[in-house]
Amino acid sequence: MNSASTSVPALVGRFASETPFELPVIDYRLILPILIILGAGVVSVLIEAFAPRRARRPLQLVLVFVSLIAAFIAVIDLAKTQALTAAGSIAVDGPALVMQGTLLILSLLGAMLMAERTLDPSGDAFAPRASALPGSEDEKQFAARGYLQTEVWSLFLFAVGGMLLFTVANDLLIMFVALEVMSLPLYLLAGLARRRRLLSQEAAMKYFILGAFSSAFFLYGAALIYGYAGSIDLPAIADALSAKPSESSLMLIGLGMLLVGLLFKIGAVPFHQWTPDVYQGAPTPVTGFMAATVKIAAFVALFRVLYVGFGGVRWDWEPMLWIVAILTMLVGSIIAVTQTDIKRMLAYSSIAQAGFILVGVVAASPEGLAGAMFYLVTYGFTTIGAFAVIMLVRDGNGEATHLSSWAGLAKRSPLVATLFAIFMLSLAGIPLTGGFIGKFSVFTAGIAAGDTSLVLVAVVASIIAAFFYVRVIVLMFFSEPNDQTAVVVIPSVFTTVALAAAATITVVLGVVPQPLLELVAHADVFVR
Amino acid sequence: MNPSNVVILSAILFSIGAVGVLVRRNAIIVFMCVELMLNAANLAFVAFARTSGNLDGQVVAFFVMVVAAAEVVVGLAIIVTIFRTRRSASIDEPNLLKY
Repeated sequence: MNSASTSVPALVGRFASETPFELPVIDYRLILPILIILGAGVVSVLIEAFAPRRARRPLQLVLVFVSLIAAFIAVIDLAKTQALTAAGSIAVDGPALVMQGTLLILSLLGAMLMAERTLDPSGDAFAPRASALPGSEDEKQFAARGYLQTEVWSLFLFAVGGMLLFTVANDLLIMFVALEVMSLPLYLLAGLARRRRLLSQEAAMKYFILGAFSSAFFLYGAALIYGYAGSIDLPAIADALSAKPSESSLMLIGLGMLLVGLLFKIGAVPFHQWTPDVYQGAPTPVTGFMAATVKIAAFVALFRVLYVGFGGVRWDWEPMLWIVAILTMLVGSIIAVTQTDIKRMLAYSSIAQAGFILVGVVAASPEGLAGAMFYLVTYGFTTIGAFAVIMLVRDGNGEATHLSSWAGLAKRSPLVATLFAIFMLSLAGIPLTGGFIGKFSVFTAGIAAGDTSLVLVAVVASIIAAFFYVRVIVLMFFSEPNDQTAVVVIPSVFTTVALAAAATITVVLGVVPQPLLELVAHADVFVR
Repeated sequence: MNPSNVVILSAILFSIGAVGVLVRRNAIIVFMCVELMLNAANLAFVAFARTSGNLDGQVVAFFVMVVAAAEVVVGLAIIVTIFRTRRSASIDEPNLLKY
C-alpha cells in the first residue's frame, strides 16, 4: 500500500479514477412500506410538538392504525416480488415480504394493547411523565392530575420502521442502521412503565447497555468481514468466499462477532441474560409487542446473513449454531421451570422458543427457512396474546404477575383462563394449535437435513417446556381461588379485539395450517 | 503507514472498550467504553477501505458516527433517569430484577 507520504488530493483522485460515482437507482415502490411507517413516525413527532394535548391521542391513534394498514396494503401489493434496489443494499423477496406482513399485523395488535386505557384506574400502562422521580411528590401530582403521554407512539412507529428495514437489509451497513433504528426506541419504551418504575428503569438500563455492547460486536464483525471481502454487500461477500480461501481468520472472527450481535437480539444462550429482566421490567404491552416482533425481524436478518452471505461456509457456522441451539433450548426450558413470576417465565419460554427456531436455521435448507417462518408467525401471535392476558389479570398494585395470584383464576373468569390455556398449549406445541404445526415443520426440516440428534434434544426440551406451560393451566383450573387470587378486569374494545385475533389465529393456524404452509413454502428463496 | 498496523490498533482499542464495559462500575464510563468500541470499528473500516480500494468503509464510518450520536441521546437519557432516581450511576446497584 501507499506510504504515509500520499497526499490527500492524490488519494481522492485515485479513488475517483478507480470507482466513478454512480447514482444508485432506488425503486421507491419496493421500500414503500418502510417509507410509510418512518414517514408516519416523523409526522407523529410533529403531532407531539404542535398538537394541543387533548387532540394528541386521537391524532396519534389514527396515524398509527392508518399507517400500519397502509403499509400492510403496500406489502400485499408487492407480493411475489423478487428484486434488489438501492445498489443492491435492499433485497425485497419472499421471506422479507411474508415477515413484513406478519410484523405489521403483530404491530397492529401491539398498538391495540398499548392504546388500552381502561385497565389501570389511573390511566394507561405508561408513566405520566418519564422524567419525574419514582415515588416523588411530582409524580403523585402528575398522576393525580391524570397526565397521560402519547410520546410512546413516535417511538413505536420508529421501532416498527427499523424492523421492516431489518428484514430487507442486504448489506451490513443497512443491517446495522436498521438494528439501531429498531432497538433505540425499544430501550426507551422499556423504561416507561407507569407502575413498578424502578424495575422498568432498571430494565431499560440493562437492555440499553447490553444492547449497545452487542451491536458494537456486530459492527466490528462487519468491519472484519469488509476487510476480508472488500465489500459489505452480502452477495459480494458470498462471491469473495468462493474466490478466496475461506479459512481466513479475519472472516471467521468477523462472522462470529456478527452472529453475537444477531443472536443477542434473538435472545439465544449465551446472549440471553437481558431477556428475563427486560421482559419483566418493561410495560406489559411493550413486552408483548417486543417479544413477538424483535425476534421475527432478527431471525430474518440472521437467515439472510447465513444463507445469502455465508452459505458457502456453512460447515464453519453450523457446528457453532448447533451448540447455541442446544444450549438455548435446554437453558430456556429448564430455568423457566423454576420461575415464580409469569412474565419472567414467559421470557425464559421465549428463549427456549428461539432455540427451537434455531433448529430451522441449522438445517440450512429451504424447508428449514419455511418451517422457521411458520414457527415465527405462530410464536408471534401466541406471545402477544399471552401478554395481553397478563395485562388483564390485576390486583390493587397493578398487574398480578406472581404465579400464586393465578391460582383458581378459571373460577373468576373461565373465558380469560381458557384463552391463556390456548396460548400456553400452543407454546407447548400441543396438536390443534399453531405451535404444534410450527414445531412439526421445523423438526421435520431438521431431520431432513440430517440433524437427528439435534431434533432429539429439541423434543426433550419441548417436554420439559410442556411441564411449566401445563403447570400454569393446572394452577388456573384445578385449584381453588384464595384471597391472593387476582381479579380479571374487563378491557376496552382495543384489547378485546387484539386478544380475540391472537387466539383465533393461534387456533386457525393449528386446524387449517395449509394456506400459511403453502405461503411460506413458496416464499423460501432469498434474492441474490 | 501500513494499514494492518491501523487494524491492530483498532483491535486494541476495541478490546480496551470491551474490557472496560465488563469491569467498570460507573454507567457513564461503561457507556464511553461502548462508544470506544464503535469508534474502533470505524477505524478498522477506514483502514480496510484503503486496503480494498473502495469507499464503502469510509461511508460506513459516517453512518456509524450518526448512529453513535443517536445512541448517546438515548443512553444518556436512560442513565440520567437512573441517576436521578438512585443518586448513583453504578450499574451494580439496580439489582431488583434477578433470577
